[in-house]
Amino acid sequence: MRHDFLDKWSRLDSPIHRAPAGLKLGLALATAVACVAVPLAHWWALVAIGACLALVAAASRVPPSFVLGRLLLLEPLAAGVALLSVFQPDGARVAVAIVVRSTLCLATMILLTSTTPFAELLRTLRALRVPALLVTVLALMYRYLFVLVDEAERMQRARRSRSFSGRRAHAWASLATLAGQLFVRSSERAERIYAAMCARGWR
Amino acid sequence: MHVPDGLLDLKTASTTAALSVSALAVALRRLRLGLPRRRVPLMGLAAAFLFTAQMLNFPVAGGTSGHLLGAVLAVVLLGPSAAMVVMTAVLLVQCLLFADGGLLALGANVFNMAVVGVLGGSAVYRAVCRVLPGRRGLLAAAAFASWCSTLLASIGCAAELAWSGVVPWGLVFPAMTTIHMLIALGEAAITTLVIVAILRVRPDLVEPTGTSPDARALRLVAAFGLAATIGLLLFALPFASSWPDGLERVGQVLGFGPAAGGRPLPAPMAEYRLPGLGSATAATSAAGFVGTLVAFALACALAAALAPRASAGAPPDRRA
Repeated sequence: MRHDFLDKWSRLDSPIHRAPAGLKLGLALATAVACVAVPLAHWWALVAIGACLALVAAASRVPPSFVLGRLLLLEPLAAGVALLSVFQPDGARVAVAIVVRSTLCLATMILLTSTTPFAELLRTLRALRVPALLVTVLALMYRYLFVLVDEAERMQRARRSRSFSGRRAHAWASLATLAGQLFVRSSERAERIYAAMCARGWR
Repeated sequence: MHVPDGLLDLKTASTTAALSVSALAVALRRLRLGLPRRRVPLMGLAAAFLFTAQMLNFPVAGGTSGHLLGAVLAVVLLGPSAAMVVMTAVLLVQCLLFADGGLLALGANVFNMAVVGVLGGSAVYRAVCRVLPGRRGLLAAAAFASWCSTLLASIGCAAELAWSGVVPWGLVFPAMTTIHMLIALGEAAITTLVIVAILRVRPDLVEPTGTSPDARALRLVAAFGLAATIGLLLFALPFASSWPDGLERVGQVLGFGPAAGGRPLPAPMAEYRLPGLGSATAATSAAGFVGTLVAFALACALAAALAPRASAGAPPDRRA
């Protein structure tokens, strides 16, 4: 079972990883704002942002192949919007702006997520006075995500080893049953977790 | 439908963020007052479940695959307020863990999928449940609500892109709605199949819709959702008249439309005076209406085909 498929690189040791999560979150937001707000006439500002991101990426020791792979994975929607925007007056310029801006922002987000452990982000959210219920839901979600993904993989393997029907309707029905069963199991697990939390003095 | 950063301008991002935060504040407040403490872990687990369920790929024609979005599934299983919080948690984790959906655009993404998707979906779900009673009605309601919810979320997304001045409304609205009318069919089918699977094993987990202790609050939520839906439609309709313009522009760029600048702007009232389906606006509105009716009929047919037989045995014993 792989347990590191979500935030594989967020526990490396580098100056970027050691920086406080709140600072990184703020900087990422500022970068996104800057990318959107800078008019295209000041293209050098966008180049400067790109250069800074490249420096951060190099300092963070996150493999470049990972960053590029995620970029390719996440780019299609921006590319689609850019394609649509070609069909308007001055469309080519708008399309280039969209692709450049969203690529910079995507790189920022990929660097943020792969240099910051989720637990630290949660601590930051709590410090920012995000309502406790939402933070609790996020914390529980992160903790049990891996368990449920494991469980879903196990159920899928069990299904594959017992049936070899290639029909699409059959695949849909069995996948939906799997998802339904997964919810039933999660709700039963939630009851056990509640009992365990109470036993340990959860107020 | 996760909008990345760099597409929405600051006014759109801040407006949608303010709307999402206020909607979320209302939902969290209602939960703090009304949610039993033992349901809190279930919300965390339900968020993890939705995230996992979104990773299951359902095969569609030609090697492509689709996956669940889950707004209406969450409504059916947890109720609208909890569904809104759970969907927000899923979007937050996707943003902060996967970089899927931007940080600045988070407000817009939460607004589309967790606020419009959940409230619109739950309003439709409750309305249809009231009209069509019984388990078959519940399934039809879930199917139709998930179709509507996905479509409403995509309209919200299109409106934000248009408002940011990235793509003209006349282009992005037809593109998004046409694609999502089809995607929504898959969403409806998956949601219904999953609910059928849960009903078969633990019918008690599906939120009862008939008599509820706080019917007044639910009616309030339903009314708000319905109002939001109608508001969105009112917001969409004035723009709908720019459809032909947008399509014509595509034609011009591709080189098969009338010569650029050759078409005089028509008076807006002229279109209303035309009888029948004379104008493109009326035709597209009619197409949308017919599409909705067809989706509703499909939802009823799906429910009739999938509804468990009346003689369903007692649920298996529950472990505490």
